Amino acid sequence: MSAEKEKRDYLDVTGGWLHRLRDWIDARFPMTKFWNEQVAQYYAPKNFNFWYFFGSIALLILVNQIVTGIFLAMNYKPAAASAFASVEYIMRDVNWGWLIRYMHSVGASMFFVVVYLHMFRGVMYGSYKKPRELLWIFGMLIYLALMAEAFMGYLLPWGQMSYWGANVIISLFGAIPGIGSGLEQWVRGDFYISDITLNRFFALHVVAVPLVLLGLVVFHLIALHEVGSNNPDGVEIKKHKGADGIPLDGIPFHPYYTIKDICGVIIFIAIFSAIIFFSPGLHGLFLEPANFEPANALKTPADIHPLWYFGPYYAILRSIPNKGLGALALLLSIVILFVLPWIDRNPVKSIRYRGLLYRGLLFVFVLTFIVLGYIGMQPATPFWAEIGQRLSEMYFLFFAVSWAYSKPRSRAYLVITFICVMAVISLFDWVSWVPSAAVLKMYSWLIPLVYSLIFLLLPALSPKLIEPKPVPERVTMK
Amino acid sequence: MSEEIDKSKRHFLTVATVVVGSVGVVMAAVPFVSSMEPSARAKSLGGPVDIDISKIEPGGMIKAKWRGKPAWVVQRSQSVLSQLPKNDSLLRDPSSDEPQQPPYAKNEWRSIKPGLFVVIGICTHLGCSPLYVPQPGDPSVGPSWPGGFFCPCHGSKYDLAGRVFRNVPAPLNLPVPRHYYASDKVVRIGEDPNGSHSSWREPLVW
Repeated sequence: MSAEKEKRDYLDVTGGWLHRLRDWIDARFPMTKFWNEQVAQYYAPKNFNFWYFFGSIALLILVNQIVTGIFLAMNYKPAAASAFASVEYIMRDVNWGWLIRYMHSVGASMFFVVVYLHMFRGVMYGSYKKPRELLWIFGMLIYLALMAEAFMGYLLPWGQMSYWGANVIISLFGAIPGIGSGLEQWVRGDFYISDITLNRFFALHVVAVPLVLLGLVVFHLIALHEVGSNNPDGVEIKKHKGADGIPLDGIPFHPYYTIKDICGVIIFIAIFSAIIFFSPGLHGLFLEPANFEPANALKTPADIHPLWYFGPYYAILRSIPNKGLGALALLLSIVILFVLPWIDRNPVKSIRYRGLLYRGLLFVFVLTFIVLGYIGMQPATPFWAEIGQRLSEMYFLFFAVSWAYSKPRSRAYLVITFICVMAVISLFDWVSWVPSAAVLKMYSWLIPLVYSLIFLLLPALSPKLIEPKPVPERVTMK
Repeated sequence: MSEEIDKSKRHFLTVATVVVGSVGVVMAAVPFVSSMEPSARAKSLGGPVDIDISKIEPGGMIKAKWRGKPAWVVQRSQSVLSQLPKNDSLLRDPSSDEPQQPPYAKNEWRSIKPGLFVVIGICTHLGCSPLYVPQPGDPSVGPSWPGGFFCPCHGSKYDLAGRVFRNVPAPLNLPVPRHYYASDKVVRIGEDPNGSHSSWREPLVW
């Protein structure tokens, strides 16, 4: 075959006019340039694994939410008198309305599953470290916008849980000293959560926050493409380039990762469909039973809790028996994630090359987050409140210990940190001492004690536990 | 390892994937497109409507609503009926060849009972509701006006059997819906005597 024939591509099939159209567009709009720079000749590390599926899946879910949301908005009525009934109308009378509704509600929960896995990948491989701090911040802003979007969307069906859950969260604004109650009323637009609040939440949920989300996602991708992706080994592929300027460990995003991502999407769609068609409420986790009752401003359900993805933060809020401090703890637990790049400053990025104890630390953090989530969904009994408090302490301790692990520390440093941590916790216990809960308090004090013993005192005795392993120069295909 | 790439196999796989993927996209689009069709509630609200005609006067018109459109029952006297064939030269479709009426209304009066005219009052031009101007020579239309319906929006004219004049913008006769007389006092609009309901797509032009 001649060299010319080898260069034939699919555009030749239609006799060359597609070539001419492409050239006409390219002379006026950077179409091919964009495709080449961002996709076909954008070099990503060749060792992407399972954890690298979730970014593209999150994008797919965003598209799903927007499309199903548009079609829901064709039939939904954002007025207190007709909202609940309009949702039932969609479920029963609109052709395929039940499917569109379930795609939207299951999609919302799946969005958080995927985003949490995506964030975990970032923590595991140190993808928030220099030069990707801004990428991480954009991601955190997306997370915040997503939580706002989900919260406002949940009010729209105007069920009991919608109403009372929104009531609790909006009351948090009232916890701000001074401006609190004015702010709370401004958010509601009325003295209570009314038709006015519903209508404005509809406008924000359908137009404002989606626009913000789309903008943030674009910035997130721009920031990513500027520095290039991290990888499971935490090794910068741009350090070793070939004579043509292409990273030696890089492969073009298209076709390798477009195809890989399509495979991930297929499996995701299978799981997504299984949930939608067999158990869209997922036994009360994705669609709460209390929400099948229309909102009643005069009757609070026996047990209010937000949807599962807010569980951990709700548990942290409830763990402090003080309105202002509880709200502050909630805020802090989210804000602290923003500054993670400046807390964990260890130059070794990936968990693969950090010490054994760091793996244990991350594992316990994940466990803490999950159990906190569970606690947030339970009624606030004294036992669960106490466990919630200890786990909230462990949540924040993860960041303190990450800071300690940022560089090789002297034994003295670790011992002093251990003493300070236990002192602060014991002080907090002493300040909130209630005689009736004395026994529970003393036993539960062991939880942060054991945590600090393992992660602060143990490495003081055996520094090898937090010593990093040698980081390779080139990526490995482990 | 050999660097030979089987390009035709690769081409086949790409085409096959794109084809199957496209089928999937179309299948996924079906529920969304279908959700925009009238819902079960819209269809039930669009069911047949009964109109009470016991109190209609000669030359009088009862106005009701069916599927959100004006449904009229007009009482036509014998003199009106005898005038109708004389209009034929003025009309675009005097023998009702276009499918603007059910088979039992495809006659010179465009109705089941000559004395009662059942029609949907929507002009077949761009959808305004015409005025009922039964008086021949009515000054608002002109001295040669034989009596009928006049649409003020763009000047379309119809006779008292709803048949459209020539040289007016409207292309078709006024639509006659499916109907039958449930009793002497009640006409049911939207349903045939044998029970079939009006479908969603007839007539093509209202």
